[in-house]
Amino acid sequence: MIAILKREFIAYFTTPLGYVFIGVYLIFSGAFFYLFTLTSATPSVGSADVSVMFSMMFFVLMVTVPILTMRLFSEEKKNKTDQLTLTAPVSLFGLVTAKFTAAFSIFLISTAVMPIFGLVLNHFSDVRWAIIWGNIAGLVLLGAVYTSAGLFVSALTENQMVAAIISILLNVAFLLSNVLAAYIGIGFISDMLTDFSLLARYSEFTIGIFDFSNILFFLSITVVFLFLTVRMLERKRWS
Amino acid sequence: MITVKNLSKSYGTNKAVDNISFSVNDGEILGFLGPNGAGKTTTMNMLTGYISSTKGQALLNDIDVLENPIEAKKLIGYLPEHPPLYLDMTVDEYLNFVYSLKKSKLPKRSHLNEICELVKITDMRKRLIRNLSKGYRQRVGLAQALVGNPPILILDEPTVGLDPKQIIEIRSLIKKLGKNHTVILSSHILPEVQAVCDRIVIINKGRIVADDDAGSLSANLSSDHKLIMRIEGNSADIKKLLSGVDKVERVSVGREVEPRVHEYEIEAAQKSDIRRDISKKLANRNFPILMMKSSELTLEEVFLKITTGDIYGNVESVNDDSRPSKKPQNQPKPKGKKK
Repeated sequence: MIAILKREFIAYFTTPLGYVFIGVYLIFSGAFFYLFTLTSATPSVGSADVSVMFSMMFFVLMVTVPILTMRLFSEEKKNKTDQLTLTAPVSLFGLVTAKFTAAFSIFLISTAVMPIFGLVLNHFSDVRWAIIWGNIAGLVLLGAVYTSAGLFVSALTENQMVAAIISILLNVAFLLSNVLAAYIGIGFISDMLTDFSLLARYSEFTIGIFDFSNILFFLSITVVFLFLTVRMLERKRWS
Repeated sequence: MITVKNLSKSYGTNKAVDNISFSVNDGEILGFLGPNGAGKTTTMNMLTGYISSTKGQALLNDIDVLENPIEAKKLIGYLPEHPPLYLDMTVDEYLNFVYSLKKSKLPKRSHLNEICELVKITDMRKRLIRNLSKGYRQRVGLAQALVGNPPILILDEPTVGLDPKQIIEIRSLIKKLGKNHTVILSSHILPEVQAVCDRIVIINKGRIVADDDAGSLSANLSSDHKLIMRIEGNSADIKKLLSGVDKVERVSVGREVEPRVHEYEIEAAQKSDIRRDISKKLANRNFPILMMKSSELTLEEVFLKITTGDIYGNVESVNDDSRPSKKPQNQPKPKGKKK
């Protein structure tokens, strides 16, 4: 399992993929930090407001994390290297978690810029670190959900582009469940859809609410997708 | 020791592998022969646990591949049809990765050195796999299968795409490996299997059509009671002369290949060797022999014969002294008995 984790992690840097992801992430987060926090037209008096930047990151992750995850299984399937990993004495769960961890750590490396933003901000005004850390926690949890969803989609197809596009669509569906809920008048259905909206739950982090039910939600969705990935690999063997 | 019991694999209604059973003893090299699409790769994928079987059982040293995949996979080195190489890694990085993937306990440096020497890729270790030729990629694939020194090697068409020199090298390497590994090797090339394997299983359309040791199978298949000759001289005279030779059953005159030279097909009684008689008689009458060879069946003909029950099963072993070089080397290991 460690072997696969190591290989996948290094592979992000022997191909342009890791650099592209980190680059795009940093460009957008930097731009948002500059536009919506540092030079914001309506600064909240006496505080450093980071909520707009963090809520904008929701959309950036929605599109960029699939770039990170698209190759994980589809490339192996296409190059037939899965014949090595699937016939090696490694459990499917180990394989899936190793790949997840590799992609997730690239995401974490990029997210490490966030505390740096906090330090920059600290230079200009009083920073409420609890809010920053709360936001970062939300971002990390969101990244975990997107990573495992992308991993799952990658196990469905041999084509990396298809994997990326379907992952983005899946992420959009998570987003739209909220919008859809507003249109459906039936009480319990729209309640349910709202509960599945990542945006609604993520927004709570950005406005400074640190709710354990939200944390649990993000973690469970991550685990569900990891589980589904394992089942999908299993299913491919049996079909 | 590999035991396969009533193994089947269906894709929808299509049966890729249909109820096959065979076993391979320790230290034996089994050749898995069949035309394209016969089910060789499917069988190997089931043995290695890459895909599951629809029915039946595959046991590796008495461990069921489906019941206990991790333990079973520890016993296998698998070279699939397309070597599973990461093109963005160097040979060294790749072998190190496979080494830790297989959780090998052998001393890493010396073990990998040994493998690289064996498959002759020592000079290529610092190169990116992307930049290697097909032949070298195949060798790296083989090296990968050898990492961790697994007792069972499963090689799917290991010589495909190699040049003739490489083919000979890889064959002799496999023979060498067969001394302390159990090897299953698939191929659609009959001479290859004859050259390397102790025992041959022939598979066609997902079913086993023959399972015997290499010596008797090749004798059965080579049909050396049938000769193709080119002889200079009057064809009618020669035909009459040939027909008069003891044990000759049928002579047919073929096309004229050169002026006054015809091709003849001579069939003799089974288990008989008529070559000496024929050449003496022709020499006496001063008809020069320009060519004489046993008619070799192509694989397609072999299949046709086997599936219609023409040769196999009716004929016992024939002394095949015409091509001793093709016989497998005697190995001190126990030979597998026909199931």
